[in-house]
Amino acid sequence: MAKYLAKRIFYLILTLFIVITVTFFLMKLLPGTPLTNQAKLSKSQIALIYQQYGLDKPVWQQYLLYLAGAVKGNFGTSFQFSDQPVSYLLSSRIGPSLQIGLQAMIVGVIVGIIIGAFGAMKQNTWVDTTTTVVSILGISIPSFVLAVLLQYYLGLKLGWFPIAEWGGFIYTVLPTLALGATPLAESARFVRTEMVDVLSSDYIELAKAKGLSRMGVIYHHALRNSLIPLITIVGPLAVNIMTGSMVVENIFSIPGIGEQFVKSVLTNDYPTIMGLTIIYSFMLCVVLLVTDILYGIVDPRIRLTGKAN
Amino acid sequence: MDNEKDILEVRNLQVNFKTYAGDVKAIRNVSFDLRKGETLAIVGESGSGKSVTTRTIMGLNASNADITSGSIVYKGQDLLKKSEKEMQAIRGQDIAEIFQDPMTSLDPTMKIGRQIAEPLMVHKGMKKEKALAQALEMMKLVGITDAENRINDYPHQFSGGMRQRIVIAIALINYPEILIADEPTTALDVTIQSQILHLMKELQDKISTSIIFITHDLGVVAGMADRVAVMYAGKIVEYGTVDEVFYNPKHPYTWGLLSSMPTLDSSGDSLPSIPGTPPDLLDPPTGDAFAARNAYALKIDTEQEPPFFKVSDTHYAATWLLHPDAPKVTPPAQIVERQEKYATMQKAWLKTQQSTTPVEEEEEQQ
Repeated sequence: MAKYLAKRIFYLILTLFIVITVTFFLMKLLPGTPLTNQAKLSKSQIALIYQQYGLDKPVWQQYLLYLAGAVKGNFGTSFQFSDQPVSYLLSSRIGPSLQIGLQAMIVGVIVGIIIGAFGAMKQNTWVDTTTTVVSILGISIPSFVLAVLLQYYLGLKLGWFPIAEWGGFIYTVLPTLALGATPLAESARFVRTEMVDVLSSDYIELAKAKGLSRMGVIYHHALRNSLIPLITIVGPLAVNIMTGSMVVENIFSIPGIGEQFVKSVLTNDYPTIMGLTIIYSFMLCVVLLVTDILYGIVDPRIRLTGKAN
Repeated sequence: MDNEKDILEVRNLQVNFKTYAGDVKAIRNVSFDLRKGETLAIVGESGSGKSVTTRTIMGLNASNADITSGSIVYKGQDLLKKSEKEMQAIRGQDIAEIFQDPMTSLDPTMKIGRQIAEPLMVHKGMKKEKALAQALEMMKLVGITDAENRINDYPHQFSGGMRQRIVIAIALINYPEILIADEPTTALDVTIQSQILHLMKELQDKISTSIIFITHDLGVVAGMADRVAVMYAGKIVEYGTVDEVFYNPKHPYTWGLLSSMPTLDSSGDSLPSIPGTPPDLLDPPTGDAFAARNAYALKIDTEQEPPFFKVSDTHYAATWLLHPDAPKVTPPAQIVERQEKYATMQKAWLKTQQSTTPVEEEEEQQ
């Protein structure tokens, strides 16, 4: 296991290195410079600023400098937010994004599993049809439409939740619901399909032949086997949602990193783009690693043992 | 046929499957008894209704199955009238089943000890530790080597033969009165097959259970069963003791089945087969369902369904050929050979018994 982890961490670093390299050069290919819109600056001023940030050097030198800094944990300072270090900028903003994302994932996936399982158990009945409709709606309604609807009905009309502020837990409910619709729909659809498959398998037949009750069969045999493939889609989905949905964050005025990403791309804020990309890929890599380890825990057939290796 | 020793009486069972194309008449008026401690083999080709029969007994038919008539009496009670809850109490406790494919019939994510112990926990309300201790005993009984260390292993860590032993352990853990074995060796290598069959025979004596043995493999039947019922197109066409069905078969379908089974002394260049395919059970033919494939078919076979004719007290066959007015036909050469062998066997047996029962009569019938 330790050997496996070491190997995976090595690959993680390798992946990050490649991501940094590719992003860095792609970013440099973006049209314009950080100072494109600053018409009031004279040529010499611009040259001075370039020199200050090291932008006057050839791209390959900039790249090596950035890499050297990144290894030491220095990700540079933001261009647009008056010299704030990128690490501070992101760490102060990732909290809300993570919180909303995590809540949305937990609520969405758990409710999705329950709905999907019921749909499979009552296959081809109205329950099943409802499940399908819910998951199709969840996938096809964009989260920002849902966000606005939630704000209007639960926020404005009923006044249960605040609309667009950031404070304690109560402020997170509506964004959580808006973001949770996607994982809910995805996992409901996935679990239903898997469970229908599993329920017609031989070992379920054997479980019934043992005299287990309907719920016993579902709980002890069907559920676990249907949930294994779900792990595959939940991981990347989680990264996607936890790294912030810029639209939903904007609608609910959440100080997250979603909106920052777009802003920094628009202003050619190189260090911030790089920082966000690194965070995004780092999280994706970690989630994939966790997914693989989780797989082993729930499915003994792919458990990592000394023997198997 | 009613007998105090019967543990299960199936009477006039009819099962249809509702499909978009219409009702598939999978079981058409099947009756049989299972005696205490015996092994009854139900033999027939795919689609003859063997598995549907056992599923109906277990109450595990697909949701589109419709049991239109009949009764399945176990210990004086009709299983077909029982609720799902009542059937749950019977399944795995009084009646257990061994399935065909050991590679897919074990839960891949549950330790096998737990899988074997589950029926104890469900039916006897046993705590996990105690149930696992009994499961360990059962693992030893079914011949899983190094059982102590393997109880926490998962199914994928076992070979096919070992997995079937585990499936057998699951079925037998509650010492069921009736064990239904649905082609338990079909998915196994021939060498493993005989091991599993030996094991089943051995355990049957140890825990005194009655077995319904479903198979399409006649070779397996000879060594396993006490009595045989031959099924064709959702009906039983012939039943009797193993010797009677193997050496003195009366139904042309049984003739066909036996002739197409290679034996050590089969002669000739080619192995005979039964021509044609089984009838469409959406719309079963009138008369004898086998008539269209039967070289010995009479005119009446296509018009009227043959009743069971008695061959001996234990041997019945549903073919018009046994009617007193039917023309005498000679069965295929292989069958005649078998009958002769049987006759000599019986004569030898009679000599040892010094008995004078007139059994020769039966031979002259053919």
